[in-house]
Amino acid sequence: MAYDSFNILSSTAVPLPIENVDTDQIIPARFLKATERKGFGDNLFRDWRYNQDNTPKTEFVLNDATYSGKILVGGHNFGSGSSREHAAWAIYDYGFRCVVSSFFADIFRNNCLNIGVLPVQVSAAFLTQIFEAIDNDPNVNLTVDLHAQKITLGNDMGVEHFEINSYKKENMLNGYDDIDYLNNIKAEIQNFASNTPL
Amino acid sequence: MKKTLFDKVWDSHVVRSIEEGPDVLFIDRHMVHEVTSPVAFLGLENRSLPVLYPNRTFATADHNTPTLNQHLPVADPLSRNQLKALEENANKHGISYWGLGHQKNGIVHVVGPEYGITQPGATIVCGDSHTSTHGAFGAIAFGIGTSEVEMVLATQCIMQPKPKKMRITINGSLNKGVTPKDVALFIISKLTTSGATGYFVEYAGEVFEQLSMEGRMTVCNLSIEMGARGGMIAPDEKTFEYIKNREFTPQGADWDKAMEYWSTLYTDEGAVFDKELHYDGAAIDPMITFGTNPGMGMSITKAIPSASEVEGGKATYEKSLEYMGYKEGEQMVGKPIDYVFIGSCTNGRIEDFRAFASIVKGHKKAENVTAWLVPGSHKVLNAIKEEGLLEIFEAAEFKLREPGCSACLAMNDDKIPAGKYAVSTSNRNFEGRQGPGARTLLASPLVAAAAAITGKITDPRTLI
Repeated sequence: MAYDSFNILSSTAVPLPIENVDTDQIIPARFLKATERKGFGDNLFRDWRYNQDNTPKTEFVLNDATYSGKILVGGHNFGSGSSREHAAWAIYDYGFRCVVSSFFADIFRNNCLNIGVLPVQVSAAFLTQIFEAIDNDPNVNLTVDLHAQKITLGNDMGVEHFEINSYKKENMLNGYDDIDYLNNIKAEIQNFASNTPL
Repeated sequence: MKKTLFDKVWDSHVVRSIEEGPDVLFIDRHMVHEVTSPVAFLGLENRSLPVLYPNRTFATADHNTPTLNQHLPVADPLSRNQLKALEENANKHGISYWGLGHQKNGIVHVVGPEYGITQPGATIVCGDSHTSTHGAFGAIAFGIGTSEVEMVLATQCIMQPKPKKMRITINGSLNKGVTPKDVALFIISKLTTSGATGYFVEYAGEVFEQLSMEGRMTVCNLSIEMGARGGMIAPDEKTFEYIKNREFTPQGADWDKAMEYWSTLYTDEGAVFDKELHYDGAAIDPMITFGTNPGMGMSITKAIPSASEVEGGKATYEKSLEYMGYKEGEQMVGKPIDYVFIGSCTNGRIEDFRAFASIVKGHKKAENVTAWLVPGSHKVLNAIKEEGLLEIFEAAEFKLREPGCSACLAMNDDKIPAGKYAVSTSNRNFEGRQGPGARTLLASPLVAAAAAITGKITDPRTLI
């Protein structure tokens, strides 16, 4: 098992209603110097979270005790920019297991799926509804059911289906990763390689 | 079946397709740098796996490296440690390694093409989103995350659903003072940073045919900034001429055989794209960005749009302008700047330094400007010297630094101070990208040069 399996997650959520959140904001480049996957959560949203003298910016949502949970809800086009998987690691290490948005950047989405963070893409209307619901009641739960591919707001405030390809879904449900799969077909790959010029 | 260029290259690299899942895609060449690889190598160790094809893997140090005094030990212990880890991993697994001080060292996307590692019809990946650069040669090239770096090291494959296909056609010819960078910033300003997400782009039409290989690399490099996984241009005589006789290019009979394949690499007449866009080359002006993502760009002659004129959230737009210290309706031309950065995998090639020199020749650097001129590789650095550009720069009071990614992402000491404005030829103007609090204005080498000698944002056409 390469990472924790994901089945049903029910949690309060942290809202970040900003569009085009890029991976340089999620984890600035100067924190990419580690040679191990450790401690990235401390620098999640570093420059939005802390002043340059390292004091917390009290208005930023991660510094506001009102909001907590294992689900991060972001604005449209979340995770654009750099391919750094460190962004997904930072989100995971901070304690999030799911990111909800109306649109994800491609590489970020892949990176999340590869480490066991579930990206859930919802409609723009449902995203607005989620932000409003959290605004009204920070304790409102979101329930993400991977098996049923369903995300539910509160008990019955709204529900939406989300897409995930069945291969990745199976991986997430079981905590398998792509290397597990590829290793099992190595002979087939080597055969392919022998017919491919360098 | 009519196929696009993208289909031809992709389909010929599929080891197997998983129903309702990704394709297993064989990767011809894998480039590795110090920042996104150490955890991947660690993963291999934890699984007790070797690197399957070390001869398909190439390592260079670039993101962390200093651009002054490269002969001295790297001062920052974390950077030094990361560079050392790459060297050790490369040695341990038998991967060719062009580290700091090596004559072939440079930015991964600059040295790949320089040594012929980049070839038409190849699949190329690297743990860096600007891997799209190599698409200029008709390769499928894209950035990957560290889990995928580990995957490629271990199995030479990645698992990807086949992206949708988009063709961007620009006919006509470019006006004086308009560069490949402007073409790319123009497209991104039309598409936004998410407009091509989920697509692989082919650039076609007279404008791209007329571009040099360096120019094509600049355009393909910026594909990721419109959300596309990558962009590519069909190889032609210019492509073949560029790669001929480079170190890793096939020679003799192998070259002839490769040419047979490469000459099939074009989009068939009548092949279907999921999306097609057309623009007129003559309608493109020198561009500059005014906000905090590469989609927030416009003609240098224009005023900053008001929130009501742009798509998307008003709050996000206002936050962006506030960060930049700009207001809706202001003209960009004439605004003072503090720094100029020419370099990066976007505009750190010899053609970019020639363009910069063409403007600064006979002038002096403005006193209020700090300028960092950072070649993309040693080869570029040597060409700058051999072509006499260095003398032009020095006469104009510019200093040349040593190769690396430098202030593009400011992982080394080349950081723009908080609140300062930098006209940069790099690729991202995100908040803090060039240093905490730094304000980046993305532009071409010509616009950067014009700003460097006038100390303010200047339309380079007034100096040509």
